[in-house]
Amino acid sequence: MTEPLSIPVLSVDRVVKHFGKTIAVDGISLDIRENEFFALLGPSGCGKTTLLRMIAGFEVPDSGSIHLGDRDITREAPDKRPLNLMFQSYALFPHMTVWQNLAYGLEMERLPRGEIASRVDDMLKTTDLVALSARKPAELSGGQKQRVALARALIKRPKVLLLDEPLGALDKKLREKMQLELKRLQHEVGITFIIVTHDQEEALVMADRIAVLRDGHILQCGTPQDIYERPANRFVAGFIGMMNFIEGEIGSDALFRAAGQALVCDMHGLKRSAPAVLAVRPEHILLRPEGSGVAGTVVDVAYHGLDRQLYVKTALSQAPLQVRVAAAGPEEAAARTGASVSLGFDAAACRLFQE
Amino acid sequence: MSSQTARSNLMALPAIAWLGLFMIVPCLIVFAYAFLTRGLYGGVEYTLTSENFARVFDPLYAKIFLTSVRIAGLATLFAILIAYPAAYAICLAPKRMQPILLFFAVLPFWSNYLIRTYAWIVLLNREGLINNLLRWLGYDGEPLSLLYSEGAVIVGLVYNYLPFVILAIYSSLSRLNGDLIEASRDLGAGRVRTFLRVTLPLTMPGVAAGGVFIFVLSIGNFVTPALLGGGRFQMIGNLVYDQFLTANDWPFGAALGMVLIAVMIGLLLLQARASARFSGETAEAKHG
Repeated sequence: MTEPLSIPVLSVDRVVKHFGKTIAVDGISLDIRENEFFALLGPSGCGKTTLLRMIAGFEVPDSGSIHLGDRDITREAPDKRPLNLMFQSYALFPHMTVWQNLAYGLEMERLPRGEIASRVDDMLKTTDLVALSARKPAELSGGQKQRVALARALIKRPKVLLLDEPLGALDKKLREKMQLELKRLQHEVGITFIIVTHDQEEALVMADRIAVLRDGHILQCGTPQDIYERPANRFVAGFIGMMNFIEGEIGSDALFRAAGQALVCDMHGLKRSAPAVLAVRPEHILLRPEGSGVAGTVVDVAYHGLDRQLYVKTALSQAPLQVRVAAAGPEEAAARTGASVSLGFDAAACRLFQE
Repeated sequence: MSSQTARSNLMALPAIAWLGLFMIVPCLIVFAYAFLTRGLYGGVEYTLTSENFARVFDPLYAKIFLTSVRIAGLATLFAILIAYPAAYAICLAPKRMQPILLFFAVLPFWSNYLIRTYAWIVLLNREGLINNLLRWLGYDGEPLSLLYSEGAVIVGLVYNYLPFVILAIYSSLSRLNGDLIEASRDLGAGRVRTFLRVTLPLTMPGVAAGGVFIFVLSIGNFVTPALLGGGRFQMIGNLVYDQFLTANDWPFGAALGMVLIAVMIGLLLLQARASARFSGETAEAKHG
């Protein structure tokens, strides 16, 4: 695969961090490029926040190193690092107005008063906060606080902006709006963003690249498309989007078999005559003419507007298979509970995993 | 009024009755005495006068008032300077150690006030522990007169009320959202500037609560100045005590007491207003 060559703005090299006996980050290496929107994605306790805190300087790695460009910042104090963190709790100073919150970071750089004032006013305009500049955090809504927190971190013009679950406290509507807003802002300011999130949809929408973490390890690192279409293992496949899993076996003839059905798949790098799991997304299971595929019965239907999600019980797996069909069209007849259907698989989009 | 509030009002009845009977009624009696004339052998004569309040502002008594303010003020200052780092250290300790450390900080408070004050006489007198220690270290001049001085009174007051001040500051520090400290560091402030610009302003309610507490208790105190000041340093509390029990001038004692209470109430109101303004903000910061 060809990717544009550029010098990493931030590189994390074999970083390890323990808390007591538990290992939070277990030898993670990462290169993050200039102007990249990078997401650290994983369930809670996967080590993503610890990694972010080590980059910000609030935790010191047990071993390994972190470089910003060619500067070793592994042990540098947080106030000396030219990168900023937007806190999940926003951490706005409650005794200061919005204006004072924004000015704080610039005052710490001992900039002249005039420059501070003009930069704060500019940032207030960029983030549409001018009308709120005299308010204290207690007088702001959740969305407004989020914007102030972002503005306060951005005004320092950091080399890298770290965002810890930046949209976690917002409601769904506002979150979707802010996903695009953040992406737009990142383009505008041209700063590298590293975001920590447990929300795979958020990562898919916003990030240029995603690292999926579990138990202190990176399971896969790639573009959203890579990760969605070519998950590296069963965990990633299940964590990102919806996925059906079918337990079966790869025969000596390089066919995947489950419940008497055989399927031709990409067997590259897999053991023959061994158990395997087939992963297939709901949109890659197709309804076929009666009698030509895997027989099943619709046990549930969920209507999503644009499409329907059918839950089809077959001999292939314990759990019903999820099948996505258009809401209108020839499939409509099948979209009722109790209907008998025949399923086919888009073999090119199926993935096989072995333990 | 809903039945809910009516019921909670009923539940407060014993406390209200207690306060009314033993606090408000006596205060009103003393307040009334302040406007009467002194009786020859104590008690009062029922002739109205405002002369007692005029005497409070007599330079002789005003000076005692000022001495009291100075002593209480210094005690407050030293107590805060000692209590703040102590409370900070307790907050930095592991979570499960904090209650134990607080217990030790408050421990002296569970012994008798008089005994604790007498203990300082043992420590400070001319043949006391400190003078003996100095002699043992090679000092061979006159023993130091540490006892019966303004300093001894301040030491006694600070020692006695320190636990309250530590508790008040600790409660404020422990409620401070740690993210704010990290945010300050992240924005480029070192430890010192973070303390001055974020930690200290946000824990001022605790400092104010502890400070007002020790100030109010110190300015009206008469046991500590009597024992450690040796009668040479009269504070307002001693003056009030004298008026009632020695000089037999109850109305003047009552007037002094009223002025003292007015000062205390004024301070407590200021502190309550300050902490109400701040507490809204810290609560908000915790919930983001």
